[in-house]
Amino acid sequence: MISVGHYLAVSAVLFTLGVLGIFINRKNIIVILMAIELILLAVNINLVAFSAALNDLVGQVFAMFVLTVAAGEAAIGLAILVIYFRGRGTIAVDDANRMKG
Amino acid sequence: MTADLALIWPELILTIGGLITLMLGTFLGDRQVGIYQLSSLLTLAAAAAAVVALFGIDTTVFSGTLSVDSFGGFAKLLIYAASFVCIIIAPRFFTGGMRAEYPTLILFAALGMGIMASSRDLMTLYVGLELNSLAAYVLASFMRTDERSTEAGLKYFVLGALASGMLLYGISLLYGFTGTTDFTGIAATLGGELNIGLIFGIVFVLAGLGFKISAVPFHMWTPDVYEGAPTPVTTFFATAPKVAAMALMTRVVIDAMGPAIGAWQQIVIFLSLASIILGAVGAIGQKNIKRLLAYSSINNVGFMLIGLAAGTQQGVEGVLTYLLVYVVTTLGAFLVVLQLRDADGNQIESIPALAGLSQRRPGLAAAMAVFMFSLAGIPPLFGFWPKYLVFEAAVDANLVPLAVAGIVASVIGAFYYIAIIKMMYFDDKSDTEIPASGGVIVEDAVITASALWLSVIGYLFIPVLAVVSASAAAVLF
Repeated sequence: MISVGHYLAVSAVLFTLGVLGIFINRKNIIVILMAIELILLAVNINLVAFSAALNDLVGQVFAMFVLTVAAGEAAIGLAILVIYFRGRGTIAVDDANRMKG
Repeated sequence: MTADLALIWPELILTIGGLITLMLGTFLGDRQVGIYQLSSLLTLAAAAAAVVALFGIDTTVFSGTLSVDSFGGFAKLLIYAASFVCIIIAPRFFTGGMRAEYPTLILFAALGMGIMASSRDLMTLYVGLELNSLAAYVLASFMRTDERSTEAGLKYFVLGALASGMLLYGISLLYGFTGTTDFTGIAATLGGELNIGLIFGIVFVLAGLGFKISAVPFHMWTPDVYEGAPTPVTTFFATAPKVAAMALMTRVVIDAMGPAIGAWQQIVIFLSLASIILGAVGAIGQKNIKRLLAYSSINNVGFMLIGLAAGTQQGVEGVLTYLLVYVVTTLGAFLVVLQLRDADGNQIESIPALAGLSQRRPGLAAAMAVFMFSLAGIPPLFGFWPKYLVFEAAVDANLVPLAVAGIVASVIGAFYYIAIIKMMYFDDKSDTEIPASGGVIVEDAVITASALWLSVIGYLFIPVLAVVSASAAAVLF
């Protein structure tokens, strides 16, 4: 029988992978966007698993909100990435260094 | 349900006004700056009037997801006032006039911040926060062809999204282990024994909110974003979202996590100490005035967190007073920065260029001196008063070491504020000419009014402020 603990473990692993994807990745900003999606999906697994375990619909409604906002967030992130690329000609993480201090 | 609608007039007005401004911008084109500036300013004024009309009501609407109370009202008035000023100063900054997207995004961000300040359910908290953040990411990269602005937008987006992710992970744990998203329900469960899931939930939620108020160790985006974003947008970031996020954090910590004070208090104390010290030390040696003000905002957030760490009504009153004085000072300081243009009309951001400003622009230098002294919290100026309030609250809550550390760090912080004043008054004139700008009367009036209010007139308002902040803080206890 798969318990809530199993779902929590999977989502914790996905969440950690997402955070590491943001911090360790030095190559490409698109990968960071994917890592952000991974974090949000880990949260959704948590919410839906808890919702089923608690027999309470709020968690699933919340997951819908998260999905919607994640879509908007990805759209805005890609839009910013496009204007950034237009000005700079690169999307490598290490090149984002116009400001330091 | 329809009766509830009458209690959220500020939000309704902002939604409709934002959409109208967007339509005006779409159909009139970008040349009609005056028209959509007027529509956005009227919207904010109407929303503020609605908040004032609802003052004194203490109730919840929409099945307890949103509260209508004087705490939210206080925060909303500050947010709307800061947004108002940020729309006034924009047209002169953006060459060729501001595009209609700017006031529209500010209005939608203000709507989101209003929801943040009055949310009392994890779901409204998240939606309000994202509405604010999504508008803010676009605002940061508003100058599409400017490399620093797009980089600021990108950095803000990546770290802001990470913060939302951490906040959400914490929210999912709090929901799972308490079985509800309602603040009152969460507080009821947190009154019992805390298990590991709840502790993790509290830590992640506070980390996510710490990002939004730019508390150390979650501050790394602040200097870059403040430097890169266009100055009116930086003015906006340094004022309105700080108020909203601080109000939200206060509500979450007192309302939802109140009974688990042992768990969150040490986190808030750590955030507070780290912000005060790093904000003060990091500012030393900065060459860009916007970067310096970013560190100054980190430092000030630390002082506000001292009041929050006390966890008492007195502490929350201190936080609210601090927010008001901080917003006035920061608006004034950024307006002074906006006035600094060289002979070609380019914005001046470098601190060495300020040398000898008192000889070129005596009025401006005097105002800047008032803002800097006030941020440093030097007694005759009003910036001292909220610092005194939060320290007093900390001492009364038996957090004497925290208060002592705060006072010591504020001495370090005074160093760089006073260094700027020394540069303006006692150094030789820099090579950069700073001619008297065309002088927009409204901007000069705002600078003069805030400088006067901060000098000594502010003390006359203490009785009023005490009553208002006490009634606002009382609804949380």
